[in-house]
Amino acid sequence: MFRFTTAGSVDDGKSTLIGRILFDAKAVPDDQLAALERSAQMRGDGTVDLSLLTDGLTAEREQGITIDVAYRYFATAKRKFIIADTPGHEQYTRNMVTGASTADAAVILVDARKGVIEQTRRHLTLAHLLGIPHLLVAINKMDLVGYDQAKFDELAAAITSFSASLGISAPRLVPLSAKQGDNVVNASDKMPWYGGPTLLTLLEELPPAIHVNQSALRFPVQLVARVREDGGGQKRLYQGRIESGRLAVGDEIVILPAGTATRITAISTFDGILQSAEAPKSISLEVADDVDIARGDLLAHEASRPRVADRFEAMLCWFADEPFDPRGRYLARLGTRTVSARIGELIHRLDVVTQEHIAAPEKLNRNDIARVRVMLQSSVPYDGYAENRATGAFILIDAQTNATVAAGMIAA
Amino acid sequence: MSSLQNITADNVVPLRVNKADRPWTHLDDLESEAIHILREVAAEYRNPVLLFSGGKDSTILLRLAEKAFRPGRFPFPLMHVDTGHNFDEVIEFRDRTVERLGERLIVRTLDESIAQGRIKLKHPNQSRNAFQSVTLIDAIDEFAFDACIGGARRDEEKARAKERIFSFRDSFGQWDPRRQRPELWSLYNTRVDAGEHMRVFPISNWTELDVWQYIAREKLELPSLYFAHERPVTMRGANLLPVSDLVEPRAGDRVETRVVRFRTVGDISCTSPVESTASTIDDIIAETISARVSERGATRLDDQASEAAMEERKKAGYF
Repeated sequence: MFRFTTAGSVDDGKSTLIGRILFDAKAVPDDQLAALERSAQMRGDGTVDLSLLTDGLTAEREQGITIDVAYRYFATAKRKFIIADTPGHEQYTRNMVTGASTADAAVILVDARKGVIEQTRRHLTLAHLLGIPHLLVAINKMDLVGYDQAKFDELAAAITSFSASLGISAPRLVPLSAKQGDNVVNASDKMPWYGGPTLLTLLEELPPAIHVNQSALRFPVQLVARVREDGGGQKRLYQGRIESGRLAVGDEIVILPAGTATRITAISTFDGILQSAEAPKSISLEVADDVDIARGDLLAHEASRPRVADRFEAMLCWFADEPFDPRGRYLARLGTRTVSARIGELIHRLDVVTQEHIAAPEKLNRNDIARVRVMLQSSVPYDGYAENRATGAFILIDAQTNATVAAGMIAA
Repeated sequence: MSSLQNITADNVVPLRVNKADRPWTHLDDLESEAIHILREVAAEYRNPVLLFSGGKDSTILLRLAEKAFRPGRFPFPLMHVDTGHNFDEVIEFRDRTVERLGERLIVRTLDESIAQGRIKLKHPNQSRNAFQSVTLIDAIDEFAFDACIGGARRDEEKARAKERIFSFRDSFGQWDPRRQRPELWSLYNTRVDAGEHMRVFPISNWTELDVWQYIAREKLELPSLYFAHERPVTMRGANLLPVSDLVEPRAGDRVETRVVRFRTVGDISCTSPVESTASTIDDIIAETISARVSERGATRLDDQASEAAMEERKKAGYF
């Protein structure tokens, strides 16, 4: 299973690109095509608008925009895909960060006529911040610049140089036309100067994301179940999903944040007993000692412990309509643990277009990204986001409205 | 909250011996994600419920709940909102399944809601599908459920493609697509206040094909309506309608017996079978791979009423 997200600004043709992928990959059922043809007739222009395949809500169709993240599913002979289609206006940061949080790859759209604009820089920066393993840039609307190689080379140079300023390697670039179907699924004969693969071929062949089971063991406890045994004894099952790494019966482990040591004595699932298990499997564990383990605790190997602290620095993406309130009561959710939190300090705001750091900003508005110091009510186990996406990420919830107001990535 | 599950001696189901290791596939990714979601529900809610209709998607939910909670009992009851227009064999399958699992089933019927004047029908054989929301929301109020687990999938329909896995409902039980909480990583914001509730969809990311492949892998039993059988039908527009007490032929309708199966199983009066000779799960998988018509497009007359039919029903509290 391969998850990718798409990002582009309004009118970059993102919905059309997704529609084109689904259409050319023959993933659009006949009844949905028929519905598209009906609406094309209603609009009187006779052409089928592929973007309508992804616009789901009434307001979106009425206004010709995409409001919210939509998930699409398709499969080729090589891979099953999940697309997170994220709109490029209004709540762009919120939506893109949401789509990017689970993505193995990002496809960033650039309109060949407009070139590298603010939104392009914003999207590349966000993709980098969110640690998306693979970045692809689709130079769209090549049909409108005469399939011109010089134009493509010029854009490629601009993107490569901006990527270098972010400290990331240059993304793969594909010149294409979503509307005409060039280089999306089928290779184009209009751009003989481009010898590379089509966008879909690239997506089919990208290696899967950094293998979670090659990194350190992280097992956040979700549930503790008490099982009464024959003879009146009682045992406890610690249930959860292995977020990274692997574990085996006999492993010495530590329970964090307490730091208590114990040993794994059994691993089980509904399908039976296991000697070992690895991410991302959901399992039940038993341990040797009668130790205190509760929801929110994290199990790790002694040699590769996460950090434990009640404060850390993080990059925070602010989503709420209301600006950040320094006196506000927030809850931080990290792994399976929820703790009271406040933002102790706004260190700097990141201008995602210029990469400038604006020191000690007074407030954070919707779509702002800032380096902050987070203070928690109690110590929690965590990793840097760059080391581990599962244990380095958190969300902030407004304790009064229950709204999700921000997403955070813990600094290394 | 209830993160400590008490499992007592009389309700322990013995674990089976592990099967031979098989390679990890996309079904394992989907299964592990769903188990994780179900355990989050158990940990974060005081009074959850799982909606079970006897259909294929909710039958999968039950297997996933076994995977998440055995050897203990499920930390929630099951509930069926019965339109009264269900196929007898689906109800029989529902009861047999609940009995086999030894779990508790709550049934709330539209007939009760109609008798109480909560639902007003224009004519007795009207499709009751959209009215399920009334009975469902009344039942959520009655039991004070704070989370309601359902088998909806994002690939079914355009409005569902935009829905969260943990999807918030206000105190009117309504969905506001413009005010959904962003959902990042697998850090779900599960919080609700009194009177509000969460709809939770553990198989959001499953496609119709995934569902059938999982049914094959897990050897799950299903109502026989899903497999090819002979049935009297009549054409209504581009769809077949099963002829029954509820769907009587109109003047000019030609009733004929065809070999059909159901891709979805819902209210009799608005669920269409498709012509098919697929009589085994493997046949159905092959047919699903080559299908050119979407699941709901082929089978749900209520979704064809307008482009936004599902969105409107969902806003009103539909599951």
